[in-house]
Amino acid sequence: MSRPKTLRKVVAPPNFKGYRPYGTNVEPTDSIELLYEEYEAIKLADYDLMNHLEASKLMGISRPTFARIYETARRKIAKAFVETIEIKTVYGDALLEKHWYVCEECQTRFTIPKTIEEHECPLCKSERIELLNT
Amino acid sequence: MKTVITSSGENNSAQFDKRFGRAAWFCVFDEETKESIFVKNTNTNANNGAGTKAAERIVDMNVQKVISGDFGPKAKDLLDKFNVQMVIVQDNDVTVQEIIEKLKA
Repeated sequence: MSRPKTLRKVVAPPNFKGYRPYGTNVEPTDSIELLYEEYEAIKLADYDLMNHLEASKLMGISRPTFARIYETARRKIAKAFVETIEIKTVYGDALLEKHWYVCEECQTRFTIPKTIEEHECPLCKSERIELLNT
Repeated sequence: MKTVITSSGENNSAQFDKRFGRAAWFCVFDEETKESIFVKNTNTNANNGAGTKAAERIVDMNVQKVISGDFGPKAKDLLDKFNVQMVIVQDNDVTVQEIIEKLKA
């Protein structure tokens, strides 16, 4: 049995379920699965312009592991572009950072799970809430 | 939508319990019917795993929101996994009734 994978910390999962090519004559048949940690790697390295060592520390993994995830992410995106196939985002071995909010009106702390759409305080219904980063 | 409020007694005028796994009672408040049912916590004196058992129970009861004073790491993980909203109220002198009033508003 292989060694279990260290869970990769992901600060925020992608805000989309996937990407689909348009303006193509080829009917998209296949799709590629981009893992949350791969999305996070692309975001940290190419959007936040971090170096791999900093980024790996943030995700709680070693630098070589980060480099591997980053590489598979790039290759998957390249494959999707060239073969005009759909990209779907899937969970992978990610550990989502919990998000705690604090209400500025009544100082209540709370989480907002994925199933709840309103961004408001569950007690006083105030919309003046702030993200706590602990 | 159901909400659990940790309580130190069996009725609405009881003091809110700031502990989660070792709270004496769980007040299950139903936002549709505006009724509250009290469920006794059987793990108040457990040496370990009280938070986990309480969280499992809450998931079984199909509750979407839990109001308590603090959550242990295991309870947090479990509630998070089942998409239960956790609410931390830090007032010491508040009754279950007062919290229900806020929810109804």
